[in-house]
Parts: sequence; structure tokens; C-alpha cells
Amino acid sequence: MKLGCRWPGPHSWEGSEVNAVFDNAYEAIIDGDSDARWAFGTGFEDPLSGVDTSLPAGVDGADLAAYCLMLGDDALIMSHRLQQWCTSLPELEEEVAVANIGLDLLGQARLLLSRSGAAQDGVGVRAGARRTDPDESGGTPDDDAGRPGREGATPAGQARGNGPGTRPHEDHYAYFRDEREFRNVRLVELENGDFAELIARLLVFSTWRLALLNRLTASGDPVLSAIAAKGVKEVTYHRDYAAQWTVRLGDGTDYSHQRMQAGLDAVWPYVGELFVAHAVEQRLSARDGTCVTPQAAAPKAGTTEAEERNHPDADGAGMDDPTAMSVDPSTVREEFDDVLAQVLKASTLQRPDVAALPGVGGRTGRDGVHTEAMGYLLAEMQSVARAHPDGVW
Amino acid sequence: MTTETDAATPDLEAHFQRTVDRDQRIEPRDWMPDGYRKTLIRQVAQHAHSEIIGMQPEANWITRAPSLRRKAILLAKVQDEAGHGLYLYSATETLGADRTDLTEKLIESRQKYSSIFNYPTLTFADVGVIGWLVDGAAICNQVPLCRSSYGPYARGMVRICKEESFHQRQGYELLMTMMQRGTEAQRRMVQDATERWWWPSLMMFGPPDTGDAASTSGHTQQSMAWKVKRHTNDELRQRFVDMTVPQADVLGVTLPDPELAWNSRRGHYDFGEIDWDEFKQVVSGGGPCNAERLAQRRRAHEDGAWVREAAAAHAAKHASHDHQPMDAS
Amino acid sequence: MSAQRDWPLYEVFVRSKRGLNHVHVGSLHAADAEMALRHARDLYTRRNEGVSIWVVRSSEITASSPDEKDPFFAPSADKVYRHPTFYDIPENVPHM
Repeated sequence: MKLGCRWPGPHSWEGSEVNAVFDNAYEAIIDGDSDARWAFGTGFEDPLSGVDTSLPAGVDGADLAAYCLMLGDDALIMSHRLQQWCTSLPELEEEVAVANIGLDLLGQARLLLSRSGAAQDGVGVRAGARRTDPDESGGTPDDDAGRPGREGATPAGQARGNGPGTRPHEDHYAYFRDEREFRNVRLVELENGDFAELIARLLVFSTWRLALLNRLTASGDPVLSAIAAKGVKEVTYHRDYAAQWTVRLGDGTDYSHQRMQAGLDAVWPYVGELFVAHAVEQRLSARDGTCVTPQAAAPKAGTTEAEERNHPDADGAGMDDPTAMSVDPSTVREEFDDVLAQVLKASTLQRPDVAALPGVGGRTGRDGVHTEAMGYLLAEMQSVARAHPDGVW
Repeated sequence: MTTETDAATPDLEAHFQRTVDRDQRIEPRDWMPDGYRKTLIRQVAQHAHSEIIGMQPEANWITRAPSLRRKAILLAKVQDEAGHGLYLYSATETLGADRTDLTEKLIESRQKYSSIFNYPTLTFADVGVIGWLVDGAAICNQVPLCRSSYGPYARGMVRICKEESFHQRQGYELLMTMMQRGTEAQRRMVQDATERWWWPSLMMFGPPDTGDAASTSGHTQQSMAWKVKRHTNDELRQRFVDMTVPQADVLGVTLPDPELAWNSRRGHYDFGEIDWDEFKQVVSGGGPCNAERLAQRRRAHEDGAWVREAAAAHAAKHASHDHQPMDAS
Repeated sequence: MSAQRDWPLYEVFVRSKRGLNHVHVGSLHAADAEMALRHARDLYTRRNEGVSIWVVRSSEITASSPDEKDPFFAPSADKVYRHPTFYDIPENVPHM
């Protein structure tokens, strides 16, 4: 960006070293440079550099788009809750650490939402693709028409047409979808509690997500695979951060032990949902994931999604097949339980013995059915963007 | 730290001043006059407090940032400010200060921070204007401090200035985007934010060096002899105005000062009188957000007490693992 | 000041790449060495992968006595605070 204005000439500060610093401060404004370098968390390098971003042959673009939204929304909404902690953490060093985690997840969300948009766009142009019905091609892909509550939702693709044509997919998805179109698990949207609850939620979330991302590095979609590889490094660090704090608080003072146990108890009802495969996750993780017949993949008349979910996964092996796109979350339960058992043992904490919180008619976050907290979260997150739908930022 | 004997002091003091006069750095374990140490602790702590309190007005907009790119940039910026606060508290600790003690002084209003952060951020354009004007003014203030006579402070300032220059550029780029590619409503937001932040930005350089509103503390003269302050408030303020006016022209905003005009005789921009009564009111705690900012800092500190205590208790139980250099790679 | 509640000060040393010395970059507070390492990565290297970090309790550092010839010093490598690279950031640590 060259502005061509009258910038102040050489300054009279003594010392060339200082001149260099001072001049840079202003020249930096007019020097063209990649914005990625400006801020940590906006990406040192393109994680998709050299990756083939075209859709893999035969993959169902709508399913892939929905799956990317699920993983992307998890990261986006969790990051939002971490952002809300900013300036409230117990120590300044923790401000830096929690902001880092929030930035990492925000970065993952941006990549995943962008991939979702690309996969969605691919649907429309591919001859013979499923779900090119105009009523559906713009909506979140498997948000099947005819299901209750679907009518009020704004089809995503249409909403994008309302704003400036240049709005990136990531912003369209983050700011112009309605609550029912968000696919995140309910765990990430809950109101913040105290620091122990933050740590409990982060421990559960990052242990689960790391297990997913580890397997997802073998995804048949090279873009998802690359995003997962980047995410594994980051979430390994998040899990470690949460585990260390769980141990410190659990095995700290009597009071911190109580708080940490209460934090775990508060988030535990939302753990069960993490391991229930949505139909999209099942289809994309199936051994023949890329070759599913429309009949098998499309919702069957009279079959609720909940019933579809309970259909046992044919192999349960997740990523054994190189053509599988997604990970069936039910396959990572064992790893999750093992990690949690180790951490809880070192922390002298009890694994909460509470039942999984039910959804509504069997539907939960992945189906777009959220908790009451979600509406307020979105109202906050989307307020400025929606007040200026034609704005450019 | 060092307790000097009376007999040795004249020699030590002369040596100290020679070191400063030769533009060499004073390092933590050197002898230094008590006044120098105290002045520095006060100055660096005030700067550190400003970084930490300064997180709040911008953090106010992180969750509402209207694009994910701007959200990432803003979150990273606020994180940088926490980092800057840490570098600066770290510098005070080389002088024998204690961070907990300084934090308590802050939340008990016994030490100050930059008054600019006692103004509210009312729209997302404020994020851009803070980057452009407030960070711009901070850079004018801080770049000379890269040559402060005190080594750890000077080195900390080099890093901080590099990062702040990114921040300023980000802010300006946001405003350019809103002005050039945005809607009429966005352009009004930028103009409104500019009008609200312009005068407080000029106040960031502190009271004038001469005249009725001048500070009577006499700090400036001694601080300049010690080279912990390198330019007068008015010099720095003039420099900021001279740099910023052309930037406002390019941006297409009007600075809210009818007296602003190029003076070819002086080779500088003339500008109107600053409302020093407002400055004094805000500095003495009566600004729009003073109470709120301190309350938030106090709440974070107090709510976190049990966490810090738990970590210390855990460390004490497992002390045998400590003290090992560890390799993170 | 309650010693029990305050986290001790740690000095941080960073090796930016193989073949270079660890260099002192600053300090931070942490309850234990592990926490200090994590914070050091966050704060002083922005978690740049492949960077090697040492942390050591500030109280464990022995420096030459300030009571002796310190005011009339010649730079000496064994005095950590006097080292010319104190706070310097290695060239290849990004965004510092």
C-alpha cells in the first residue's frame, strides 16, 4: 500500500540506530507487506502451501463442507470463550498463554471454514453432484430439508449473496449464519466459569480434539490433512497446558482441589456428546467414504437423524482407509479416557460420575441444536458485522 | 541492592555520571544513585502498568471484531501488550522492585498509568484509531527511550518499539480500509473516533514544559541529565503533530482543531490549546473509565489469588524437580 | 509480601538455532520450572518450534560481587546482567 503522502523527512534524533527504529515505525505504514507477519496467530506461513486444494475425486462436497464446519465451529466458539478471559486471568503470564491458545484455535477455525466454503462451492460446479437442488445447495449441507426447524434458517449461500461479493467464506460463515446452522458441540459454547472450569473445559476439549486431529492427518482430503497436521502441534501444547494446570490445581491447596473438581463436574455432562458420530462424520469416515451411493448417504424418509446416528459404524477404524475423509469420534473415546485417567490420577481428582446431558429429540450441537448460552454468544460475536452487512473491514 | 558507604559515594557518583555522559549504559549491578533507581522504577513501572491497563479498552472489542482476520490481529495485539508489560516489569525487577508490590501499588492507585486508557472505546473504529494515534504517540515517546541510560529498560524498549510499529500500521490500515472501501456509516465511525481520541492523544506527552500548566515537579531536568528522559514533552508532542497531520490528510479525516495550520516560519504545525483541566481531572482519577479500569485489574488480581497460591503450593510439594535447566526443543 | 504466594523469578535463555549459544533474553515469574519453560516459549519466542530454551531460578545465579570493582568494570562475560546480549533477541526468532 503506497500512500504517496508527505511523510516527515529524516528525523533529528541522535544516533543512527534509533533513527532506524523510529523511521521504521512510520515507514512501516506505507511499506507493502504481508499482513500475516503483523500479528502472531495470523500465520507465519501458509499451512496449505504446496497442498492440492482441489476436491478429491468422488468426495461428497456437501458432506465435506459440513464436516469442516463442525470442526471449524468447535474451534471458533471455543476461541470466543477464551477471548472473553482476556484481562481476567490470574497472572500476566497466563494472559499470554491463553491468548496463544485462543489464537491457535481461531487460526484453525479460519482454515476450516474456508475449506468448508471451497467444498461447498465445489458442489455446484461438479456435474452429477448430489444435492444441487437450489433449496439445499446453499444451506449447511446435511441440514436436511423437511426436518423440523429447518425452514427458518437462512441458507448460507444465499446470505453470502447479500453482502459484498468479496466477503471471505470464513467471515460469511462466522457472522452471517444463524444459530441453528452452527455445528459446534455444546461443550465449547457454555458460559465461562472460574479458572478451574476453564482448565477443565480446555483439558476435555484439547484431549478430544488432539485425538481427532491426530487421526485426521491421514484424511483423504489433503487440505484437511494439512490443517490437522498444523493443529496437532498446536493442540498438543494446549492439552499439555491444561493438564499441567489440572495437576497444579488438583494437587495444590484444599481449596484449589475443590474448585478443580467442581470445574470437572460442571463440564462433564457435555463429554458424552463428543463421541457420538453425526451422520456426516459416519459417512465420511466409512471405508467407502468416497463412494457412498446417494441412497445410502441421503436421509431416508421416515428415518430421524438420531436413528441414523445409532447405526453402528461398519468398521469403526476411522482412518484405516486412505480414502476416508473424516474421523468417527466414537473411535477416540478410549484414548480420551486413558489420557484423562492419567491426568486425574496425578491431580488426585475423581472422574465425575454423571450422565451425558441429553439433547432435544436426540439432537445436539452437531445438529445445530444448542444451549441457551449460544444465542448470547452469537449476538455478541456477530453484532458489528451484522450492523454493517455491507461494511468492509 | 547496593548499599554504598558515604565515603565512597562522591567517587561512585562521579563515575556513574561519566558513564551516562559517555552514552554508555548503566547495568543492574552497577552502583547508581538512589534517586536514579527510584525515578527509573517509577517510570518503568508506570509504563508497565500502562501496557497492562491498556489491554482493556482494546480487549473490549475482541469478541465483536467484525472479521476473523481483524479478530486475530486484535487478539494478538492485546497479547503483545501483556508481553510488553512483562518485559517492563522484568526490567523493574533488575532494579530490585517486586512485581507483586508494583501491582498492589497500581490497584491501590498509588502508582499511575497513562491517562489515555481512561477513555472508553465506543465503536470498532476506536480500535483503528488507538493503533494510529495512541500507538503513534506512544512510539514518539518510546523510541528515544531505546537509548535510555538504563540498559535493561533500553533493551526492552527496542523490542517493544518494533512490535508497536506493527500495531500502529495495523490500526492505520484498518482505518484506510474503512475510509476507502467501506460504507458511509463506517467513514462516519472513523471521523467520530478520530475526534474523540485526538486531544487525549496529545495529552499523552504530559504537561507542557513551560507556562502555567507546566509540571512543577522538576523531574524533567534531572531525568534528562540522567538520560532516562531524552526529550521534553513539548518537543515530542510537536513531532507527533507534525507526523500525524499528513497521515490524517491521506486518510481523509478532519482533526478536531480549527487552529491546526502549517507554520512555514517555524517549520512545524501550529495547534490549539490543550484542555489541561481535563488532563488533570483524568490523571487524578476522575476520567470516564478510571474506576472501571482499576476495578477490572483488581478483580483479576484478587480472583486469581487462589490460583497463584495453588501453583506455589504444588511447586513446594514437588520442589525436587525444580532448578533443572530444561530444553524445550 | 507473602513468599508462599509469589511465584519466583526465572531467567530465560534462548538458543535460536543449532551452533549458537543460549542467550539471556529476560525473566519471568512461574511457580515451577515447567511452568517457566512454557511461559518462556509463549513470551520470548512466541512458541517458535525448534527453539531451545533454558530457564533457571534467578536466585540460583551467582554473579560477581557488586561491592568490589563493579563501578569501574570492564565488560566480563560471567556477569549475566552485564553481558552485551542481555535482552537481545536472536535474529531468526520471528516477530520480536
